[in-house]
Amino acid sequence: MSVELTGAEITIRCLQEEGVQCIFGYPGGAVLFLYDELFKQNKVRHILVRHEQAAVHAADGYARSSDKVGVALVTSGPGVTNAVTGIATAYMDSIPMVVISGQVPTSAIGLDAFQEVDTVGITRPCVKHNFLVKDVTELALTIKKAFFIASTGRPGPVLVDIPKDVTQQKTKFVYPEKITMRSYNPVIKGHARQIKKAAELILSAKRPMIYAGGGVILSDAASQLTELTQILNFPCTNTLMGLGGYPATDKQSLGMLGMHGTYEANMAMQYCDVLVAVGARFDDRVIGNPKHFFNENRKIIHIDIDPSSISKRVKVDIPIVGDVLDVLRELIKLLKAEKKEPDHSALKEWWKQIDLWRERDCLKYDRGSKIIKPQMVIEKLFQITKGDAFITSDVGQHQMWAAQFYKFDKPRRWINSGGLGTMGFGMPAAMGVQLANPKGKVACITGEASIQMCIQELSTCKQYKLPLKIINLNNRYMGMVRQWQEFFHGNRYAESYMDALPDFVKLAESYGHVGIKIEKPEDVEGALKEAFKMKDKLVFMDFITDQTENVFPMVPGGKGLSEMILV
Amino acid sequence: MENEAGALSRVAGLFSARGYNIESLSVAPTEDPTLSRMTLVTIGSDEIVEQVTKQLNKLIEVVKIIDLNDGNHIERELMLVKVRAVGADREEIKRLTEIFRGCIIDVTDKSYTIELTGTSSKLDAFLEAVERSAVLETVRTGASGIGRGEWILKV
Repeated sequence: MSVELTGAEITIRCLQEEGVQCIFGYPGGAVLFLYDELFKQNKVRHILVRHEQAAVHAADGYARSSDKVGVALVTSGPGVTNAVTGIATAYMDSIPMVVISGQVPTSAIGLDAFQEVDTVGITRPCVKHNFLVKDVTELALTIKKAFFIASTGRPGPVLVDIPKDVTQQKTKFVYPEKITMRSYNPVIKGHARQIKKAAELILSAKRPMIYAGGGVILSDAASQLTELTQILNFPCTNTLMGLGGYPATDKQSLGMLGMHGTYEANMAMQYCDVLVAVGARFDDRVIGNPKHFFNENRKIIHIDIDPSSISKRVKVDIPIVGDVLDVLRELIKLLKAEKKEPDHSALKEWWKQIDLWRERDCLKYDRGSKIIKPQMVIEKLFQITKGDAFITSDVGQHQMWAAQFYKFDKPRRWINSGGLGTMGFGMPAAMGVQLANPKGKVACITGEASIQMCIQELSTCKQYKLPLKIINLNNRYMGMVRQWQEFFHGNRYAESYMDALPDFVKLAESYGHVGIKIEKPEDVEGALKEAFKMKDKLVFMDFITDQTENVFPMVPGGKGLSEMILV
Repeated sequence: MENEAGALSRVAGLFSARGYNIESLSVAPTEDPTLSRMTLVTIGSDEIVEQVTKQLNKLIEVVKIIDLNDGNHIERELMLVKVRAVGADREEIKRLTEIFRGCIIDVTDKSYTIELTGTSSKLDAFLEAVERSAVLETVRTGASGIGRGEWILKV
């Protein structure tokens, strides 16, 4: 007979069985037994953050930059409510994650106990699934299910709420090897007839376009997407979530599309005759107003693992439900076996048109400026890191410039909060990225507004010696808010000025890091080089940038992709 | 769906979060105690009903979902209605109940409580037929539905 283990021991054993090496968390009353078990072992490393939101963002960055499930551990009540922003962020971007939360003892649930909240109720709309474990005998199976659900199908965060008494109760520990659930069977294989129909339509295209989203990254299908695009000689655009899915420095890449996408990508989206959407969901920041996006001469193929993403905002002609990796493999196989070739002469004309759009040079900016242009900082960062760094970002103008000017050639290198748009995401996510990639160069592109939303994590970075490079594009404004106020609210900059800013150099130093303030364009390159030379130090670079710079192109809200405001 | 605590609130939460309407909802365990069956009535365009179906399917605890409007189906709702029944009305209401194939299941000297099953529109018709002021209280279960003939929802 096997020995009985406590719920706390079982939980940690489950994490070990899942191969979890690193978790992010913050202790509290309801999780004390769990922390006690963590203390007694050394297989699972625990990273102590300074705020639960950061624990979840760090687990998120860890997951995005590896292909592992991110794990966070938080206590009941405020531990959970602090974590909600992080969970919702992961949910919107379909990130595989397991969040373990403590709960008050089962006997106290519902009695307004100290640090009690209805965790399952609060998180229900922003998790893929959640569980409240009321019986220790169900604990191991529940954790198994949580990892299974989080990492399969369309991934997402799964929360397991464990009351304190359950962590004390004992039972035999058996970790199931495999699991099947009658109510959860995600479709992986695409329908063969649909794939055949798609191949036929693709080969008949005269003005084709491949539009690839985060699904390509999540299913690790970047090389298949690249192969497909290149055997067909089609243009390819990536969404904000899909950057790195197709090499941005390749000539067939049209860059990012959408509200701040390139002129050529948006025009090609609008006027193509066959659109191949791969792991993307036609969201409002990508296609703008669906009525304006509509084009009767365009046929759409849509590959996605989530049936509910298909025909949600845009009606499509050939839906293919399945894992992007699997469907692309089948599609490539089919196209290679076909004797028919793509219409080369039509493609030549189409590329000619695209090159004309490219000549518009939509990302131009004043390179001779006497004030630091934020775009220039990112271009220099790209050059100095040879395009090989992991880049996280916060949310706003700097995020868009990073997406436009850092050319991602590889997947899982661009880590940002695309769906929820969570300011404060960048630095904690970078911590997770650095822990998942100890040898990688990790930079966080941020602004003086976003960085202050999780600035306390500078302390965590010190504790674990995480040598992040923080690129603070400091324009003394909430830049994107200011831009909208300039364009759409008569230059009334309501509450978007960042007054009373800290001295970021001193702030970084007080946490034991290196701070550098850069005020002139000619100092940008040197500062970046110097920072990356300090391999074992976190360097906080405070770039004082042009306050009036705007992100172009821009598709105003409610407009269509071809209705861009250009510089 | 799985007969588990919280499954119902996931369904209800989905409808409110995505702005869909629930016209009625009836749910109870089936002959297999690990499963519950829910009949949910909603109104929307074909596109919305398609999205509702897909979103419900995504809920982990939903095992299988069918749109009963895809085929012939039978729909029944139970209503208990308490009506004021005094004097000549007593006979009139009794007759009306018989016409609608209901039964009077509780009687006092001032009231009847009537049990009535049928489609929702039949129940509406009964309430129309009874004098408005006579209706003291109604309670309805919402529709339950099942496919006709060999059409079976099996897991």
